[in-house]
Amino acid sequence: MDITIHTSSLPHDDPDASLAFYRDVLGFEVRSDVGQGRMRWITVGPAGQPDTSILLAPPAADPGVTEDERRTITEMMAKGTYGWILLATPDLDATFEKVQAGDTEVVQEPIEQPYGIRDCAFRDPAGNLVRIQELR
Amino acid sequence: MCQPEWRRARVQAQRLADLARLRRVRDRIDREYAQPLNVEALARDVNMSAGHLSRQFRAAYGESPYSYLMTRRIERATALLRRGDLSVTEVCFAVGCASLGTFTTRFTELVGMPPGAFRRQAAEAADQADAAGTTGGAGLSVTVEGMPACVAKQVTRPVRNREVPAAAQPLA
Repeated sequence: MDITIHTSSLPHDDPDASLAFYRDVLGFEVRSDVGQGRMRWITVGPAGQPDTSILLAPPAADPGVTEDERRTITEMMAKGTYGWILLATPDLDATFEKVQAGDTEVVQEPIEQPYGIRDCAFRDPAGNLVRIQELR
Repeated sequence: MCQPEWRRARVQAQRLADLARLRRVRDRIDREYAQPLNVEALARDVNMSAGHLSRQFRAAYGESPYSYLMTRRIERATALLRRGDLSVTEVCFAVGCASLGTFTTRFTELVGMPPGAFRRQAAEAADQADAAGTTGGAGLSVTVEGMPACVAKQVTRPVRNREVPAAAQPLA
């Protein structure tokens, strides 16, 4: 078997704000952008790595999601307990400075963790936790 | 003319904005736990009264902002104590606790042993691991090797209201 992890998805609640974060702050390239209004599916990913993408998608777009479930999901996104992703970079400090300069909500400065890694964390505009760890 | 669905949408939008404000308070605690934070200052910065913030935070996250702050501090303290190069008092101040008594009480409640005992046990485990040529850590009841770090962080984080039962506490 030859399987790659091709696309994983994160919810957005304001497509333009999420696009600005992943494109302008993290420096990802935009690979596709379909739909309109709040119903937009935007595929982004790091330049030079066409095999790995993040799909920024409207939450609870499946018609099988009930009104109550949709409300729960949007509330969890707002309170920051819903989506998260783990990214990595060889130069954590430079990355942290750049992302912080982009007026991003910081959750954790770069710190040495007891389980042997060094990482930092941010919120994306939709409330997803974006953790970035140092490659070493 | 106020349509009921407009009203509902407005109420829900306000609720989401309030939750996002609570999220910023919680993230600030995560980021600045080592500063001399207090609930009044946290509340002032998001234009709420301390009482209102505490009630809303508890409703959203299941514990008060003060409790969340102390849990975060104790979590970091366990990491610093495992390193072995800092005394209990140094760790207490390093994680933002001004009172050694409060720190010790809360630490014991959450971890199941006082910070001094935890530090000794961590040192012994490190010695044994060195002797055996492996890595290990005291106080970790779960294996985190191979886990993404953020998951390891969550599973090893002390959880308020899931303290070690009294009967399991060592007598020493």
